[in-house]
Amino acid sequence: MKWARWALLAVALAAFPWIAGEYYINLTSQIFIAATFAASLNLLVGYGGLPSLGHASWLGLAAYLSAWMSLKLGLGHALTAPAALLGTTLVACAFGWISLRATGLGFLMITLALSQVLWGTAYRWVSVTDGDNGLRGLTRPAPFGISLDGATSFYYFALAVTVVAITLMAMFVASPFGAALRGTRDQPRRMSALGHDVWTVRWITFVYSAFWGAVSGLLFVYYNKYIHPASLSITSSAEALLGVIAGGSGTLAGPIVGAAIIMLLKNYVSAYIERWNMLMGFVFVLIVIFMPEGVVPGVRRLYLRLRKWRTG
Amino acid sequence: MTFNRRRFIQAAGAGLSASALGFPAVARAQSGPIRLGLMTVKTGPLASGGIDMERALVQYLKEHNATMAGRKVELFVGDSGGVPAQSRTKLQELVERDKIQIMIGPLDTASALASDDYIRSQQLLTLSVAAAEDMTQRKPNPWFTRGTSTSSQSAQPLADYCAKTLKYKRMLTIADDIAYGHEMCAGFQRVFEDAGGKIVQKLFPPLTVPDYGTYIAQLKTNVDGIFLGFAGSNGFRFYRQFNEYGLRGKVAVVGGMTAFDEAVLRNMGDEALGIITSCWYSADVENAINKRFVANFRVDWGYDPGFYAAATYVEAAVLDATLQKIHGKIEDKQAFMKTVRAITVDTARGPVRFDHLGNVVGNVYIRRVERKDGRLVNRVIQTYPNVSQFWTYKEAEFLKNPVYSRDWPPAKNLES
Repeated sequence: MKWARWALLAVALAAFPWIAGEYYINLTSQIFIAATFAASLNLLVGYGGLPSLGHASWLGLAAYLSAWMSLKLGLGHALTAPAALLGTTLVACAFGWISLRATGLGFLMITLALSQVLWGTAYRWVSVTDGDNGLRGLTRPAPFGISLDGATSFYYFALAVTVVAITLMAMFVASPFGAALRGTRDQPRRMSALGHDVWTVRWITFVYSAFWGAVSGLLFVYYNKYIHPASLSITSSAEALLGVIAGGSGTLAGPIVGAAIIMLLKNYVSAYIERWNMLMGFVFVLIVIFMPEGVVPGVRRLYLRLRKWRTG
Repeated sequence: MTFNRRRFIQAAGAGLSASALGFPAVARAQSGPIRLGLMTVKTGPLASGGIDMERALVQYLKEHNATMAGRKVELFVGDSGGVPAQSRTKLQELVERDKIQIMIGPLDTASALASDDYIRSQQLLTLSVAAAEDMTQRKPNPWFTRGTSTSSQSAQPLADYCAKTLKYKRMLTIADDIAYGHEMCAGFQRVFEDAGGKIVQKLFPPLTVPDYGTYIAQLKTNVDGIFLGFAGSNGFRFYRQFNEYGLRGKVAVVGGMTAFDEAVLRNMGDEALGIITSCWYSADVENAINKRFVANFRVDWGYDPGFYAAATYVEAAVLDATLQKIHGKIEDKQAFMKTVRAITVDTARGPVRFDHLGNVVGNVYIRRVERKDGRLVNRVIQTYPNVSQFWTYKEAEFLKNPVYSRDWPPAKNLES
């Protein structure tokens, strides 16, 4: 039964480009990118209990690194992609070392401050980042000689990367290390007494989550072929955090659903409703009132209650 | 159904079924109405201008019975919010779902730059309002034509006017911290300093700064004039605080093409009188087309059209004239681009033609805020005819320099 459901989902995702128009294919590709990004943040927020307001750093940094290397150094994608991931991960090692001196609100503020540093750098270091003009004239890679310039081919590429990313993140969470991580979230002192190095567990998670943030950053820059400091801004971080919380933090499907809700509100519904910002606020208020734990756990709870009520 | 509403169910349904059946896009595009897209901003600090853009374009279509060169024109509107990544998605929506054949817009520089490669890959005919310099300079886009001006195109004549007519020697500049502000101030600075003046201070407050107090406190007052390079409603917000701080009358103020736009002027009082600005348009420009435009716009909306309204109205006139020449065959993109760049059109801003990079050559007006019929207007006091984006510099020499920015040309005369 469960197996059939997965197969159905796989067929639906694979067949989607055949039934939908180009616009919807591209919109779905963007949802994949946002979902990977939100899922990587969820490792910190949901499983580590570490709310970060600086996650856009990883998306933006990886995008900028790859764009800068291909534009200014003239390197190919085979080099820029791993180099951008490596560079971003190294920066994350340092940032994690700084921000994990605190937890809770302190952690939130430090991640925010550090991401603002990157945002300011992107905005001001005009000779490298072209400032407010952003870096443009980028290309998409062509893995195995397949051009990703078409909407459909990019869709499958984004889908494949997203599936790999989310699978690996799910494995991370399900592993004994993931259990330790949840332990540090719920009972850090007890975990410490049990002999776990709480700080190291958190730091590894921070770096791992930044790595997948960087992967979504590469997808983002491949998709847009353009990168602007706005991608590093607090709005971009906050949107991802909002997606995680709205969808249900600490669940696998939550961030995906949350990211999809935000993407659809921002890009699709906004075409019909001029005051879509207000609608977005309204939707979040509704989620907070009726499903404070997020959409995915909320729907599951309602579904279970409905089934219980039906059976007896 | 009015033409400023999206016919979304139809469009979505048609898009879905057509792509499901595998029709090539071309087959459906050959006949029927011309599908015109407007990329504007209806949310955020630039929204006041963006809404004017839509109003003026709708008015143009209404005046012409929604017909250009004998073909019906259907309008589709996208709101970029002034956010680059979002503007790209919105543009994709207009192109891939609404199947627009030509775009007017976008409004802001960052959105134009973010859409650059998409415009190229889709070969989307674009009549831009955004002022991004390099789109028609060092990295010209072959599908991009601009009937308004580059960021600095109107600022450069004003610098000339400040140096030669007003005899200013020392000035400072303050503008929004966005590419548009940087480019405008850079062009102003270059011409002003080449004419012997000195820019002694440059300030760039963030676009969405809630309070200009800290910036006003830094302003040097031992200068001959201040150049304001604000966009949207920021010129109004800055000047109101400037006035509250008691600086009015102590230092002269001149403004770029959007700082004292008609759209914000209507919210100002006598404190704005006498301010000199430059723009490629003023509601006060004397010609028959503009008279009708302003009169109709006033009837519908109760205020004078300004920069943003005139922008789409002028672009629509350019589009209309080009379509007349090619008998409405917008499907022939090459012919369209060739024709539009060779055309001379009389528009609300005066005669308009284009250089080989697709940027406009036209009048720039020096204007002074005066009271007329009880309301504030930008009275034209001098006209610089046929101003090009390169001002009086040689094109090749101009393009050899880096693009105007915060750092170029270097400000050598700053005083701390």
